[in-house]
Amino acid sequence: MSLLKVQNLSLGYEGKVIVSDISFTVNEGDFLSIIGENGTGKTTLVKGLLGLVSKHSGEIRLSEGVSQSHIGYLGQKNLVSKDFPASVYEIVMSGFLNSKRFGLFYTKKQKQEATALMERVGITKLRNRTFSELSGGQQQRVLLCRALCATTKLILLDEPTTGLDPIATSEFYSLLSELNKEGVTVIMVSHDVTGAIKMSSHIFYLGKTESFFGSTHQYLHSNVGKDIMLQGCPCDSCAHKEKEVKQNA
Amino acid sequence: MLDIFSYSFMVNAFIVGVLIAVCCALLGVVLVLKRYSMIGDGLSHVGFGALSVAAVLNFSTPLYIALPVVMLAAYFLLRITEKGRVNADAAIALISSSALAIGVFVASINGTNIDLQQYMFGSILAVGQNDIIISVVLTVLVLAVYILFYNKIFAVTFDEGFARATGIHTSVYNIAVSVLTAVTIVVGMRMLGTLLISALIIFPALTSMRLCKRFITVVISSVIVSVFCVIAGLFTSFYFDDVPVGATIVIYNLAIFLLFTCLSFIAKFSKKK
Repeated sequence: MSLLKVQNLSLGYEGKVIVSDISFTVNEGDFLSIIGENGTGKTTLVKGLLGLVSKHSGEIRLSEGVSQSHIGYLGQKNLVSKDFPASVYEIVMSGFLNSKRFGLFYTKKQKQEATALMERVGITKLRNRTFSELSGGQQQRVLLCRALCATTKLILLDEPTTGLDPIATSEFYSLLSELNKEGVTVIMVSHDVTGAIKMSSHIFYLGKTESFFGSTHQYLHSNVGKDIMLQGCPCDSCAHKEKEVKQNA
Repeated sequence: MLDIFSYSFMVNAFIVGVLIAVCCALLGVVLVLKRYSMIGDGLSHVGFGALSVAAVLNFSTPLYIALPVVMLAAYFLLRITEKGRVNADAAIALISSSALAIGVFVASINGTNIDLQQYMFGSILAVGQNDIIISVVLTVLVLAVYILFYNKIFAVTFDEGFARATGIHTSVYNIAVSVLTAVTIVVGMRMLGTLLISALIIFPALTSMRLCKRFITVVISSVIVSVFCVIAGLFTSFYFDDVPVGATIVIYNLAIFLLFTCLSFIAKFSKKK
């Protein structure tokens, strides 16, 4: 079932178009990676999906039961000041804000949900710790947990592994993979193309002149993707291609 | 000991002082954490300029001129800071010193009866019936906003990007905070003084952050610290003649800040051991 359908979308600020004519579809259970060079408008696209940038033309259609404020969002590098006093629990709970209007207290159901989600991403022990004292990998898991509190249907991550060391990055990726297998639909903007290719079912490449959307397999064999072809690609068509290249030489 | 309350001006000062302390502490936590501390300082100077001009123009209650002017200034200062321009802090410094200069200039013109000393460093005697009404209304408003929207205030302060993504109108919160700050400063500055009121906004939050590591505890601790300092300052200035109340309150704030800093070092040290 399609969860999100973007058709001929153009976005920009103050009359200046930054991304134009984008189309892609995300089905339930997909893992879509959005990749592309700096300055091609990936972050603008994310803001557009969240409804923070008004669209010039085109359409963003969300399936029933999902709204723009119900997308679990993990933003690009959190700008939290270094000594912000906030406990992990306080931050996780703030993920529920889209579903309540006002009030000092969260409901019992929300508290139970948060406890379960904290267990799920492995931060139960950190519950009462101060956010700013945690390591980068732990902080990202806390913010992921907050995004999951907003919804467990569709989460949108904007370069979630920037600034993480390789171990923390791979831990974060495997957590994402597991969540995806459990049914969470993931859209991730990433600089890390190899990581993105390993994890995702679909790729949206946003280039300066051309863009591409398709399954990861299609991407690897497309014109834009073939430059970053993984070595030793097991599929038949690649072997075939290699042979052709050799023969031509 | 309690003969202090037999003077009606002291009772007024206590009421306004405690209420302003509560507002300053609550708003201060947000302002400090969002790195808007300079706005508080800038607003007090604009408030001084506006009060002086209003007094020179012979308005019966200068407060009614100062309030809208400072609210407007709060909005503009917020916009300057929000845009994240490199020279936002420079712009605020420019606005504060200009407003201060205009105030001093106007107040020095012959034939006016403005007491500069009182405006700069505050006076208990400046507190009138008007201030009580405004500060009660203001405190009720600040408390109501804080309690009803506590979770949203936390979200907007902690991570504006995420808050906006979940559909919170963050600019409404920012404007609300800066307008409430404007009112707090205009009411508080006449008692505490232009030069000292911003300390009341910044100190309690910073002091609490030395020891408290959760948002809710920082908020509660700030209110306690702030109210304690105002009460202690009022008593001290009453029993030691001629000690200005504004300065005394700031000195109490400084002392508690240093105490909390020492305690946080001790806590860190003992943890390491």
